[in-house]
Amino acid sequence: MSIILEQLLNGLTIGSFYALIALGYSMVYGVMKLINFAHGDLFALGSYLGYTLLVWSAGAVSQRFGLWGGMAAALLFAFFAVGCVGVLMERVAYRPVQKSGRLPLVVSALGVSIFLENLIMAVWGPRYQAYPASVVPTYTISLGWFHITSMQLFILILSFVLMLILYYVVQKTTFGAAIRATALDKEMATMLGIDVGKITLFIFFLGPALGGMAGVMNGMYYRQISFVMGWNYGLKAFTATILGGIGNIPAAMLGGLLLGLVEMFGAAYISSAWKDVFTFLILILILIFRPTGLIGEKVAEKV
Amino acid sequence: MSELLVLKDVVVSYGAVTALKGVSIKLNEGQIIAVLGANGAGKSTMLKSISKIVPLKEGKIFYKGKEMASLSAHDLAFQGISHVPEGRRVFPTLTVEENLNLGSYGARKRLLDEEVEETKKWIFELFPVLAERKNQLAGTLSGGEQQMLAIGRGLIAKPTLLLLDEPSLGLAPILVKEIFNAIRKIHEESGTSILLVEQNAKKALAESDYAYILETGKISIEGPASELAGDERVKAAYLGGSAVTKKE
Ligand SMILES: Nc1ncnc2c1ncn2[C@@H]1O[C@H](COP(=O)(O)OP(=O)(O)OP(=O)(O)O)[C@@H](O)[C@H]1O
Ligand SMILES: [Mg+2]
Repeated sequence: MSIILEQLLNGLTIGSFYALIALGYSMVYGVMKLINFAHGDLFALGSYLGYTLLVWSAGAVSQRFGLWGGMAAALLFAFFAVGCVGVLMERVAYRPVQKSGRLPLVVSALGVSIFLENLIMAVWGPRYQAYPASVVPTYTISLGWFHITSMQLFILILSFVLMLILYYVVQKTTFGAAIRATALDKEMATMLGIDVGKITLFIFFLGPALGGMAGVMNGMYYRQISFVMGWNYGLKAFTATILGGIGNIPAAMLGGLLLGLVEMFGAAYISSAWKDVFTFLILILILIFRPTGLIGEKVAEKV
Repeated sequence: MSELLVLKDVVVSYGAVTALKGVSIKLNEGQIIAVLGANGAGKSTMLKSISKIVPLKEGKIFYKGKEMASLSAHDLAFQGISHVPEGRRVFPTLTVEENLNLGSYGARKRLLDEEVEETKKWIFELFPVLAERKNQLAGTLSGGEQQMLAIGRGLIAKPTLLLLDEPSLGLAPILVKEIFNAIRKIHEESGTSILLVEQNAKKALAESDYAYILETGKISIEGPASELAGDERVKAAYLGGSAVTKKE
């Protein structure tokens, strides 16, 4: 198979992780104007929780429900558990300092990040852990000259479906309009009868939940997970968020996929050692030349 | 006629600044009441205290005879109070129709879908330009169109009480006329009670039944609108000329 197609699939796969994490950054930024630096660690936490469900249960889940059933269980478990951690995080670390301004919020987010990273290390240990091959499908699907691993196909389909649902809910439903309105003007939203507290709760569940799920997918794809992975993925996804345009759901999806592609093609055609350089070069360039991102807010508010 | 809204000795402060220093007003069902006053008099604060955006320091507010102490700000839309705030505050990156639809968000549990659709049709008759622009982003509307949208967004909840904060602010004279005509029509066709905050005293008095004049947080003069329009003090301070009724 041509290297272009191969890198395209690799890029879209890793781009899906970035996009799913970026969505959480973007949604939380929308309602709280906070860059949630702990978001990458929620992704890592999801990865470990999925790992635990599959491995510490000695594969029992996979044996009982089959390979795909085990995966589904791990994904759902990480989704709900990390979502709940997100809600808890908002209550404990963000809401109490929200009134004090943006700087205390950011400091609090860094605190949560350090806390989570160390929590993961304390619980699961500082060494790399690995999703065993026996809990994830490893076969390759071939259509003539076209090959794709079952894991890649699964990740692409699941991410695509999740993003489609999210796009629909946020852009096409009244509830979604209420979320966007809350992000724009909380007081006005309140006057229209929107319960801003509930919307915030929803966002702080869903954003981390999607990140947690991405963590499990990432673990199944690369197998190896470590307690510091949240930092790296968090930064990449943050770059993706800025690349697309922060606070904008479709932009986060676009930014994630695009960044994945840039990384993989850069790695293939220039040098894989420079992979991270591309990412942060993009971050710098976009901040200098187009700080609103590729599809940032198009209309300025008329005063 | 029953009392719909009563403010009793309402005091509101922002830190060291006391914006309302014991304000009492009354609005009967079906009335249009005007609140006039210069910049900084506390007019917007009064509306915000009614919609619970700012807390009362002292005093009481009764709506339909009951104190709304246990309710939150986001409950008021359901209770039938729509607040059209100063400066329009439409959501710029949402379409005109999305903005309108959100107006019924808090009221959706007391309204049938058909009612909302019917009301929307009525709003489009009132402001045909909104129908033409319904798929456009609200941020691309002109100031006058945004004001119409803000009013429409308040109306779609079929409010019992409509709070209007300076709807004519910053508009060209022809649009000011159009907005006041719309207010009259809204009142005639829906019977909604209206609390109208304005700096355009002449126009506001012409549309209202009763009026209050707010001066640095206190009601200084009140009376039937027609009487106030002829009152020497009011004439001198608020109807005297463009210098006093000048907008921000
Ligand atoms: N959020 C706030 N924080 C501090 N002070 C405020 C705040 N909002 C209003 N004030 C002060 O309260 C007083 C009343 O303000 P308010 O906005 O109610 O006046 P207004 O009559 O609506 O004026 P305008 O005609 O300019 O809209 C002013 O002195 C204002 O500076
Ligand atoms: Mg005001």
